[in-house]
Amino acid sequence: MIVTELAIVGAGPAGLSASIEARRARVDVLLIDENARPGGQLFKQIHKFFGSRAHKAGIRGINIGTELLRESEELGIHIWLKGEVCGIENGHNLWVVRDRNRSEIVKAKKIILATGATENAVTFPGWDLPGVMGAGAAQTMINVNRVLPGRKVIMLGSGNVGVIVAYQLMQAGAEVVAVLEAAPVLGGYGVHTAKVSRAGVPFYVSHTIKRAFGTNHVEAVEIVELDNSFKQILGTEQILDADTVCLATGLTPLTELAWLAGCKFNFVPALGGHLPIHDDKMHTTQPDIFIAGDISGIEEASTAMEEGRLAGINAAQELGYISEDEAKIRTDAIWDSLNSLRSGYFGQKRRDSKDLILQNGKR
Amino acid sequence: MEHSLKTTGSPSLEELYKSPAFPTKEQLHKGPIAIIECIEEIPCNPCEASCPKGAITIGESITNLPEMDYEKCTACGMCITACPGLAIYIKDYTYGDTKALLSFPYEYYPLPKAGDIVQAVDRQGNYVCDAEVIKVRNPKSYDHTAVITIEYPKEYFEEAVNMKRIK
Repeated sequence: MIVTELAIVGAGPAGLSASIEARRARVDVLLIDENARPGGQLFKQIHKFFGSRAHKAGIRGINIGTELLRESEELGIHIWLKGEVCGIENGHNLWVVRDRNRSEIVKAKKIILATGATENAVTFPGWDLPGVMGAGAAQTMINVNRVLPGRKVIMLGSGNVGVIVAYQLMQAGAEVVAVLEAAPVLGGYGVHTAKVSRAGVPFYVSHTIKRAFGTNHVEAVEIVELDNSFKQILGTEQILDADTVCLATGLTPLTELAWLAGCKFNFVPALGGHLPIHDDKMHTTQPDIFIAGDISGIEEASTAMEEGRLAGINAAQELGYISEDEAKIRTDAIWDSLNSLRSGYFGQKRRDSKDLILQNGKR
Repeated sequence: MEHSLKTTGSPSLEELYKSPAFPTKEQLHKGPIAIIECIEEIPCNPCEASCPKGAITIGESITNLPEMDYEKCTACGMCITACPGLAIYIKDYTYGDTKALLSFPYEYYPLPKAGDIVQAVDRQGNYVCDAEVIKVRNPKSYDHTAVITIEYPKEYFEEAVNMKRIK
């Protein structure tokens, strides 16, 4: 058994930020990630980030990832890679499978779950053909592994993931045949859709995929218009030539460990479904378990990093490394910045949903 | 389908004219200016600090739309690569008797070279006219967002905003 003061599960933007704050306060930290490299999704994000200058706006995600890794190395944060956390017991003991061949128990005084999210799929006849994949998978292929998944891509979903990956597929040399959106209005930031539009890509609102054709892989895709209640309108079908379909149809928080730990949940559809209840310190209903990032609601890397900092600072406070006053001052400052990130046309709904979670967290 | 940012993906001229950073026709024709096509409240403000003349204002709330003071803008171009949304470009109607100038952000390879003839496109990617590349700037400080400058016939001044990708 390995003993640590703070175990952090997930080395994406939230987990890295949490570990940096806690380690700066001199907490003994163990950061665990199932991947071969830390950084989570940051190393796939080759675009310049939005946000305020305080949130590293204008810097490409990949460079933010590099910066976080450099800081965590400087601080000597202990990282286990290829470490899958498969269980959690008594709110303190993590069962970790390392390198897929041996079990280890980590006993931690405090735990931060920063496990992230997984892509949603939608089904249609032909969805099991090679060539149909998550938009995130396509993004991993082009930006991490430098492999072009196909030449002619249809993107299903116009949220930021869909339009950003559509743009990056073109940067990688593919043609994007169409971006489809089931809703009557496009989902992603207008500056992203405008970038894709002026590259000549048509957007189809109120449309979805009826089926994909092909013998050994996708060769064509039938699309169809949807009415106001999302029912297919017969007679509006069109066939588009394509060899790849990317699904950008939302994300679901990876909450298994929080369920296992007995955290109480609430259901918040706007943030991705069932989410652990938490307070303004990112504390769950379990006494020694915190959460940060997409597990606490699907948002963006900028908010994930701030939530990670909240969890790291407050875990350090509870472990006695930061005074209550200092933790409070820093927590309030981070909330100011989170509230500014969660404002405007896109952010307000997320802020309202977060307020609801915090209300539940107070009870 | 009515053309608008949230249905066809790119802003209509009507939507742009309503936003606080888009120039009036008079301002647009006066000389070289930066044009910001940012009409949606997103949490983003790097353009504000990028301007050495203080011509761009976002203010306290980072979801405010940028406002442009065209009295102060000198079309230096610092904002073009600072904008993560690639939503800023520079146009000069007064560049020549028959030619106008356009500098825009571009993140595709291969990059064009000075002297190349490229295809200028509108906001939906439609071909507008042929254009000659005058300059390609891609220093390290731009962080891989190149700025391409093209000259093109004045009659297409308003429509052209970018160029077709080179395949």
